[in-house]
Amino acid sequence: MTYQAPLKDIRFALNELAELPAVCSLPGYEDASVELVDAILDEGARFAEEVLAPINKQGDKGARLDGETVTAAPGFKNAWQQYVDAGWVGLRAPYEFGGQGLPALVAIAAEEMWCSANLAFSLAPLLTLGAIEALNHHASDELKALYLPKMASGEWTGTMNLTEPQAGSDLAQVRTRAVPQDDGSYRISGQKIFITWGEHDLAENIVHLVLARLPDAPAGVKGISLFVVPKFLPGADGTPGARNDLRCVSLEHKLGIHGSPTCVMSFGDQGGAAGYLVGEANKGLGYMFTMMNHARLGVGVEGMAVSERAYQQAVAYARERVQSRAVGSPDAAGVAIIKHPDVRRMLMTMKAQIEAQRALAFVAAAALDRAARHPHPQEKARNQALVNFLIPIVKGWNTEQANEITSLALQVHGGMGYIEETGVAQYYRDARITAIYEGTTGIQALDLIGRKTAAEEGATARALLAEVQATADKLATAGFASLSANLKSAAADAERCVAFILESFAAAPQRAAAGSVPFLKLMGILLGGWQLGRAALIARERMGEEDADVDFLHAKQVTARFFGEHLLPQVSGLAAAILHGADSVLELDDGQF
Amino acid sequence: MKIVVPVKRVIDANVKVRLKSDGSAVDSDNVKMSMNPFDEIAVEEAIRLKEAGVAGEIVAVSIGSDACQDVLRSALAMGADRALLIRTEAVLEPLAVAKLLREVVAREQPQLVICGKQSTDGDANQAGQMLAGLLGWPQATFASKLDIGADGATVTREIDGGLEIIAVTLPAVVTTDLRLNSPRYTTLPNIMKAKKKPLDVIALDEFGVDTRPRLTTLGLAEPAARSAGVRVADVAELLAKLKNEAKVI
Repeated sequence: MTYQAPLKDIRFALNELAELPAVCSLPGYEDASVELVDAILDEGARFAEEVLAPINKQGDKGARLDGETVTAAPGFKNAWQQYVDAGWVGLRAPYEFGGQGLPALVAIAAEEMWCSANLAFSLAPLLTLGAIEALNHHASDELKALYLPKMASGEWTGTMNLTEPQAGSDLAQVRTRAVPQDDGSYRISGQKIFITWGEHDLAENIVHLVLARLPDAPAGVKGISLFVVPKFLPGADGTPGARNDLRCVSLEHKLGIHGSPTCVMSFGDQGGAAGYLVGEANKGLGYMFTMMNHARLGVGVEGMAVSERAYQQAVAYARERVQSRAVGSPDAAGVAIIKHPDVRRMLMTMKAQIEAQRALAFVAAAALDRAARHPHPQEKARNQALVNFLIPIVKGWNTEQANEITSLALQVHGGMGYIEETGVAQYYRDARITAIYEGTTGIQALDLIGRKTAAEEGATARALLAEVQATADKLATAGFASLSANLKSAAADAERCVAFILESFAAAPQRAAAGSVPFLKLMGILLGGWQLGRAALIARERMGEEDADVDFLHAKQVTARFFGEHLLPQVSGLAAAILHGADSVLELDDGQF
Repeated sequence: MKIVVPVKRVIDANVKVRLKSDGSAVDSDNVKMSMNPFDEIAVEEAIRLKEAGVAGEIVAVSIGSDACQDVLRSALAMGADRALLIRTEAVLEPLAVAKLLREVVAREQPQLVICGKQSTDGDANQAGQMLAGLLGWPQATFASKLDIGADGATVTREIDGGLEIIAVTLPAVVTTDLRLNSPRYTTLPNIMKAKKKPLDVIALDEFGVDTRPRLTTLGLAEPAARSAGVRVADVAELLAKLKNEAKVI
């Protein structure tokens, strides 16, 4: 088996760290329970392992464009049909449109498995869910009734058409036009690029959500509206009818995720594609932001998920590959490379970060659920602030480290890792995009220091630092001296950096921004270490219980210690760069580069 | 027609089975457990008969600790209508299992019992046959095809060297072989529905059945590790070794 869902660790992170039982007791989630989630995870794991993982490699050969028709990679159409038949699209789709309406926390755990098994495939349901969320929040009842049941079942897929050649991170530059018609619809024309699963043969219809400008729209971000533009115009009964005036004009040649067709979409070559306004005019960008938290959290999970897959392959290879005698051994016989200290260091570096990232992502998902459903306004607000703060960190840190972790997995393989047939190179290539799309790391870091730190005067940052301190105190009492000390020292560094950002953000924003990515990484490492510290405390307590999984709980404690000894010390270096390194970033003239 | 399907909770087929450190038993602590794969095929076959309009109700039965509820929920999620757990902490031998199932049959009055041909842990391949014997029912074991007609069932059996087709009257016990069907993936809506389906728990003692062990385990051992291979210089040496050392040709 090429992928085995890490169900033990997923359950530990879900139940112990993200407090699934508490999330299940939130209003509206009464149908969920730990037992039900267990059953869902078991079956989801089986689907990921048996259906999605085996076609990941053939997906790497890519989709094909003939004329205007895109044929998905071999096996993908069949897998999509099975995915739809099993009802997986509906996991977190709204109940009133045929979904199961389960907590984001449960969905995120399942999504991890889809992404590990087959990242390129997983983007089709993830984009569809993003579109469902946007329509559900902002579209009229008529649009919802027409589109959402078909999308929640997976009969139709969804896309996000945001980017244009001149409008990447800066969507104020969007030029696609929408002209109102007498019947209340709009004629959409323009070109969109980087449209994930923009055209394919998996489903009978594709529902494009398109950002465009009305003729009288104000310039900039306040003049962008959101439209539903279906590939086939549905009749009142939902049957796909006439072909709309839009087409895929080319597929991008990418570094990775080849199984996911990335389309250049052209709207309105024959006079304008029929589109329908979502919500109010000129509010499109705001609508995009409502689903951005879940989408960015999802990409953070993608990064961690690809890391997990690469880690599994590295462990398997390290156990099997016999090479050289053990360091310092008089016995000349070769040993499996997992015996070599540096290979172990690489495997631990991967394992510790993946487990920390899983914990942090799940904790953020639980906060997302609490922010949405908690009955007490104060708790709701506190959790919303927590989500807002954690999202850029989970997105940015998980995906930046996915590049490092998949690279380490390749390194464990030595020269074989560089050979495509070995398979690990695919994870390295696939992971690369995660630090770019849905907001680059730089964008995440600006969001973190600005809206999430400076704008609220560091309130959430400092609340988290206080929690880190509390965990560090408990760790000291429980006998984790080094982890406790490392956490405390990292938290003190983080506090200095928060103070620096608060002080410099208004007075010298360029200096704050120069250290923003190091700050994001610093917070990722610190909060990841905090989660593993929490995990170690729980693991130590559980060790004494009857039927305790001693092996797993012991490994969890050692992993936390490793994180403290090998990763937390990086915080002081990052802090030094943030506090003292801004000037050298900014000083050169552009011409001196 | 009512169908009873016994299901057993066993170590997952992907887990490497190990003995406990003292060698007293197989170590099943904290390892992944699943429904016995042959029982999964039995549940699938029962559901197909229901979907074809042949069967009316499907009752899944398991015997064991409370943990066995998870395999019963899996059977319910696949499509069984209700479930019964006979609760015991004891490890039962096939004869005890067959006796308990006879009591279940007496209560439920099914026309068909579909069992896995064996469980992947004990590999005994006995419970189904013993149940048929105790009930005085016909048995059709190792089924790779099952057709229910007006007069009974026609069953294709996988036997050494070929297939045997037999006809049995109902009620009967059928045990499933690997090629009878491929169990479906459980759908998410059915997982959600399964938790609302009835699952009764009855203590083993209530059946008044003698389940005392008849067998004594003398010892357990893991398979011997494979010894290192030998490199031969040429085909002639290989043939000589096969002939004289391995004595296989």
